[in-house]
Amino acid sequence: MTTLINRIRPIFLSSGSGVPTGFFIGIVALMVIVAVFAPWIAPYDPNAQNLLGRLKAPGTEARNVLYVLGSDELGRDLLSRLIYGARISLSVAFLSVILSGCVGILLGMLAGYRRGWVETVIMRLVDIFLSVPAILLAIITVAVLGPGFINVILVLALTRWPRYARVAYGQTLSVAGQPYVRLARAMGASWGRILLLHILPNIIAPLSVVATLEFGLMVLFEAGLSFLGLGVQPPTASWGAMLSVGRNYVSNAWWIATFPGLCLFMLVLSVNLIGDRLSEYLNPKSR
Amino acid sequence: MAVFLAKRAGQALVAIFGVMTLVFFIQRLTGDPTYLLVPETATQADIEAMRQSLGLDRPLLVQYLSFLADIVRFDLGRSFIQNIPVTEIIASRLPYTLQLAGGALFVAFMIGLPIGLILALARKYKSSNILMGVVLAAQSLPTFWSGILMIMVFGVWLGWLPPSGSGSFAHLIMPSIALGLLSMATYARIARSSILDELSKDYVRSARARGVPQGRLVRRHLLRNSIIPVISITALEISQLLAGAVIVETVFAWPGLGLLTVQSVVARDFVVVQGVVLLGAFVTIAVNFIADILYSVVDPRIRLDGAGQ
Repeated sequence: MTTLINRIRPIFLSSGSGVPTGFFIGIVALMVIVAVFAPWIAPYDPNAQNLLGRLKAPGTEARNVLYVLGSDELGRDLLSRLIYGARISLSVAFLSVILSGCVGILLGMLAGYRRGWVETVIMRLVDIFLSVPAILLAIITVAVLGPGFINVILVLALTRWPRYARVAYGQTLSVAGQPYVRLARAMGASWGRILLLHILPNIIAPLSVVATLEFGLMVLFEAGLSFLGLGVQPPTASWGAMLSVGRNYVSNAWWIATFPGLCLFMLVLSVNLIGDRLSEYLNPKSR
Repeated sequence: MAVFLAKRAGQALVAIFGVMTLVFFIQRLTGDPTYLLVPETATQADIEAMRQSLGLDRPLLVQYLSFLADIVRFDLGRSFIQNIPVTEIIASRLPYTLQLAGGALFVAFMIGLPIGLILALARKYKSSNILMGVVLAAQSLPTFWSGILMIMVFGVWLGWLPPSGSGSFAHLIMPSIALGLLSMATYARIARSSILDELSKDYVRSARARGVPQGRLVRRHLLRNSIIPVISITALEISQLLAGAVIVETVFAWPGLGLLTVQSVVARDFVVVQGVVLLGAFVTIAVNFIADILYSVVDPRIRLDGAGQ
């Protein structure tokens, strides 16, 4: 345990921009806690409308409801919606990273290890997927499947697996010729066993950096799709959808767009900085 | 050279063919694409008629071949909502997206390159950390948020710029900045690492030893040698900008291809969505193809037989 702490400590304390990385890990941890315990933390029901309390500025009180961060166009408490919105952002990003990561890593390793026609087919597929701008691919797929929580995750996974496949492929190629892999094969290990027990543990470090950076991107993608009305559907609170409402009220209710955007920005910035630091830590040459 | 060109062109063709197949496949994810093409109010008889008139009752292979044949003839189909060919709709919107992408590239290049230069030259000073923070922040900034904040501050409160729409040069400023900031961060990082690479080379040290002043060293030696990665990243950035335009155009009601895509999804005008996606993919493939060739023309050190890759 202490060795683990000693290994993690430098990541926590390192700082590329003057602020220790531990601060950003703290922000992400805070958002995860808020998302998990949303029903207990949120002061009000995020979907409770209050037509007499519409577009109230932060700090105002209307009909016994204190709007700490103001209210939206239907009189819903912005703070409560932000808290519930964290659930959507984090869960969509987490699930789509897991899904695209598993598919991409598996296919990438397969291509790098089996070579031959398997390699050709998989890597051509990767090239094809990567040549469609990701958001356009996501939009056309949502246009076919329809919006919604599950569909957004499927769409994001479908669009992003090639990223992992490409990295896993390159890493597998460099590991596959190592003596321990050859030895395992000589001892009669099946290729599935070699991939999962011998190759995967040795290529997981660079892939974890990709996954971290992808997590930030997925948060932005989910928010972007919701902003365009193609993500999770109302009345479910989502930061992207809140921003798109805020866009319509820029002239008289600045708070509706400002706070969800700030949350998104802080989350993505923190995740990206953690990813950067992780990659420096795992790859000392780039320091 | 000819072998390299042929090989690279072959790859591009395979990618184009693959993208068309991918789109054809996505169309049929839910089974019958007819439902994507008819208005929501259509009756069963309408759907049946539509299916026949579009040939969607034919065998899948025949449909696939005729889909490919249409695209090869630059026929992207007809919009059922607006009742004009998709190519015409796209052509009317394309100039706006090109203006926006141009503006964004200009912003990205003019801000990103100097920042990268400063970051590389002043890396020993603690204060350069702040600039690095700016770059990292720009990279994580959701364009729809920065866009709305700009509309709020410069469009509504200060009233300096038109909050949205198109028509004059002033309309182009805020969307270009919103879209360009992300690429700016990329340029700054690439320029920084590229210049750092060059700084450690012998010719820089000997130039310094000869007493070449700093300004001349940067202009005549450093920038010229470190510009190649910066130029080649532009190919990747162009497809990023196309994708980013979808959001930025929606925020600023800029009538380009991005807004067209979103409007078409909402209006269930699937043929148009498909047209824009195909165009986006073709542009990406073409730009990468051109960049690969330019790259080897600009830098003769890069070997063309593919052995250097």
